[in-house]
Amino acid sequence: MHMRAKTLALAVLAPAFLLPILFLVVGCEKQSSSSSTQPATGSASGGAIKIGHYGSMTGSEATFGVSTDNGIKLAVKERNAAGGVNGKQIQLITYDDQGKGQEAVTAVTRLIQQDGVVAVLGEVASSRSIAAGPVCQREGVPMISPSSTNPQVTEIGDMIFRVCFIDPFQGYVGASFAKNQLKLDKAATLYNRSQAYSAGLNKEFVNAFEKLGGQVLIQQAYADGDNDFSAQLTAIREKNPQFIYIPGYYTEVVNIARQARKLGVTCPLIGGDGWVSEELKNAGDALDGCYFSDHYSQEDKRPEVQDFLKKYKSEYGKTPDSMAALGYDAANLLFDAMKRAKSLNGHDLADAIASTKDFKAVTGNITINEHRDANKLAVIQKIQGGQFSYYATVEPPK
Amino acid sequence: MAETAMLRKRMSVSASESPEELRPPAWSFVPRAFAPLLVGTVVAGILYFFVQPAIGGFGSNLLLFAGINIILAVSLTIVNGFTGQFSIGHAGFMALGGYTAAAIVYYGSFKIYGDASFHGGLVSWTGRAGGFRGPLLGSGDLLFVGATVAGGIVAAAAGWLVGLPSLRLRGDYLAIVTLGFGEIVRVVLQGTDEQLRRYDLELIRSTPMLKLMNKLGGALGFIGIPAYSTVFWVYLWVAIMLIVAVRLKHSSYGRALLSIREDEIAAQAVGVNITRYKVRAFVLSSFFAGVAGALYALQIGSINAGELGFQRSFEILIMVVLGGLGSVSGATLAAIILTALPEVLRFVDQYRMIVYSLLLIIMMIVRPQGLFGVREAWDLFRRRRPRGGA
Repeated sequence: MHMRAKTLALAVLAPAFLLPILFLVVGCEKQSSSSSTQPATGSASGGAIKIGHYGSMTGSEATFGVSTDNGIKLAVKERNAAGGVNGKQIQLITYDDQGKGQEAVTAVTRLIQQDGVVAVLGEVASSRSIAAGPVCQREGVPMISPSSTNPQVTEIGDMIFRVCFIDPFQGYVGASFAKNQLKLDKAATLYNRSQAYSAGLNKEFVNAFEKLGGQVLIQQAYADGDNDFSAQLTAIREKNPQFIYIPGYYTEVVNIARQARKLGVTCPLIGGDGWVSEELKNAGDALDGCYFSDHYSQEDKRPEVQDFLKKYKSEYGKTPDSMAALGYDAANLLFDAMKRAKSLNGHDLADAIASTKDFKAVTGNITINEHRDANKLAVIQKIQGGQFSYYATVEPPK
Repeated sequence: MAETAMLRKRMSVSASESPEELRPPAWSFVPRAFAPLLVGTVVAGILYFFVQPAIGGFGSNLLLFAGINIILAVSLTIVNGFTGQFSIGHAGFMALGGYTAAAIVYYGSFKIYGDASFHGGLVSWTGRAGGFRGPLLGSGDLLFVGATVAGGIVAAAAGWLVGLPSLRLRGDYLAIVTLGFGEIVRVVLQGTDEQLRRYDLELIRSTPMLKLMNKLGGALGFIGIPAYSTVFWVYLWVAIMLIVAVRLKHSSYGRALLSIREDEIAAQAVGVNITRYKVRAFVLSSFFAGVAGALYALQIGSINAGELGFQRSFEILIMVVLGGLGSVSGATLAAIILTALPEVLRFVDQYRMIVYSLLLIIMMIVRPQGLFGVREAWDLFRRRRPRGGA
C-alpha cells in the first residue's frame, strides 16, 4: 500500500514539476532575447518595428504560405529601403503553422507574447484564420488576413481585417458573369466538400445564380485526394448543363477538365481564384474557352501592378501569383495605416486600418468597409492554350 | 512448504505488517480513493494560479497543448501499450468528443443565455490575464464540465461499437478498422450542415438539441465556441488520466491486459476473457480521447475535422511509441517533449520539421524500446526486481 501511494503521488507530481521547468526554459530563452525590443509595442523608443506573419510554409498547402511570405518580404524590403515607417525599420518574423489550427494558435501566441509584434499578417486558409484570430482579438493586436475569403473571419472582432474579397462576392462574380455576360441559364456545380473554401463558394454561387434567375440543375461533390471524377461528371452530363461551376483548386481542376472532355462534356467550365496557377497548362487544350474569377490581372496597365510584377520577377525570378500579390498588399496596407496611426498601440493601429480609403494596391483599390472587409473589384480571366488572360471586370453589386 | 513460509516471511518483512493487516481498514477507502485526485486538483490549481502568470501567455499555451497531448498519449497507451493492440484512429475519437462538447456548449449557451459568450468563473477564464472579475466558478462551468464528460461518453460509445466486432479478431485488423473509423468520422463531420449562428437564435431555441447535432459547420469546422478550457481544467483531467492509468496498470485488470499483450493464448488459458478485456480497455481509452478532444475544442474555440485525420492519430501514436509501449510516465514525458520540440526548433526555420523527424529517427535508433520501455520513470530509481521489465 505504501509503495502504491508513493507511486501515485509520483505519477501526479513528477510531470507537474517537470512541466513548469521545461516551459520556463522555453519561455525565458525567448523572453530575454526579445525583452530589449519589447517597448516597441507601446512607446516609440528606438529599434525596429516588429510585424509577424504566420502561414503554412510546410504541409500540403505550402505553396500558398510561401507565395504570401514572398509578397510580404518584398513589401518589407521595399519599405525599409525607402526609410521604413516613421524613420524606423520594419522587422518581419515569419512562423510556420504546418497548415494546422493548433500550430497557428501557438505561432500567433508566440509572435504576440514572445516577439512583441505590433501587428500580425495571415493566414491564407479561413479555418486557420478563424483558429488564431481570437488570440489577436484577445490580446488587442491587429491582424490582416491576405486571402481568407470566408465571411466569418472578420466577424471575430474589431481587430481582424482582410484585403481580399469575400466568398459571397466571388460567388456573385461567377454567377453574374455567366448569367449577364455569357447569357447562360443552366448550371451544374462540382465542388470539394472537404474544403471550406470550395463548399462555401459553391453555396454562394448557387444562391447568387438562382437570385439572378438562373437554374442550377445538379450539384456534385468530391473529397480531398479524389482523382477520379467520372461518376460525378457522368451525372452532370445527363443533365446537359450549359456550363459547370467548379470552385476547386487548380490541381483538381486540371484532372476534372481532362476527364470531362474525355467523357464528351464540352460546355465551358467556370471557377474561382483557386484556379490561379501556371499548372493550368497541364490540362492542354481541355480548359480552352473556360473562365475563372481572380483578384487582379497581370495585364493591368496600372503602375502599381506593373511595378510589382517587375520587382517580384527580379527578386524571385518568377511571376507572382495572387497569393503573393495579396500578401504584398496586406503588408503595404499595414504600413500605410502605421504612418497614419496616432501610435502603434493595438487599438490606434486598428482604427487607422479601419479608416483605410481607396488605398492603391496591386489587387485593386482597397477601401475597408464597416465589416472590416475589403471593397474591391474582381476580374475574369479566360484560358486559351493553357495560358490565362484578362477578359472582364465585375463590380460589387450595388 | 518451506518456500511458502519464506515468501510469507519476506512479504511481512517488506511491508513490515502482518498478513491480516495488509488489507487496509474499510474507513480508509474514501481518503485512499480521493487523495490522489485532491493532490491533482491542488497541482492543477497551482499551475493555473501561480505557474501560468509566471511563464506568460506563450508558455501557458504550450502547457495547455502539452496537457491535452498527455491525455491523448496516455489514453492510447492503455490500448497500444498495456493491451498490445494496434489502434491508429485515436484522432477520430478526439474529433467525436470535441464536436460533441463544442455543440453542447455552443448551442447550450444559446438555449440558456441567448448568446455564445463566456459565462464561467475565474478558473475557466481564458481571456486576457487579469481581465476577469467574478466568482471562482460560474454557471457556464457546469455546462462546460458536463459537455466534456458527454464528449467522453460519446467517444466511449463509438469505441464500444468499433471495438466489439474488431477486437474479437487478432492481429492487424484493429489497425485497419480504426484507421477506417477515423477517416469515416472525418468525412462525416466534414459533410455536416452549416452551423447556426447568432442570427438564428429563435431557430436554435426552437430546435431540440439532438437535431442541432448535424449542424456542425461542415468543411469550415465548428467555430465561435466559447472557450472554457484552461490550464486548471486540462491538468485536472491530466491528473484523472494519470491516476486511472497507473491504478489500472497495477490492478488485476491491468495484469490481465498485460497478459493479453504478452500472449493471447496463454491469457485465455488462465481464464482471461480476452475480447471483454480488450473492449473495456478500448472503451476507456476512447473516453479519455473524447475528453481530450473536448478540452482541445473548448480551448481554441474552434475545431476542424480536416485536421483530425490519420496524421493526428500518428502524432499521438509516435508519443506512445517514443515513451515506451506500456509506460505511463514515458508517454507523459514523450507528450511533453513532442509538444515543446517544434517550438524549441523554431530557430532552424524552414528545416524545422526535417530536424524534428531526424531527432525522432535518432531517438528510435538509440532507444528502440522507447524512453522507459514498459517500465515507469520511478522504477529506474528503484532496485531492479526480477519480474520488472518485459
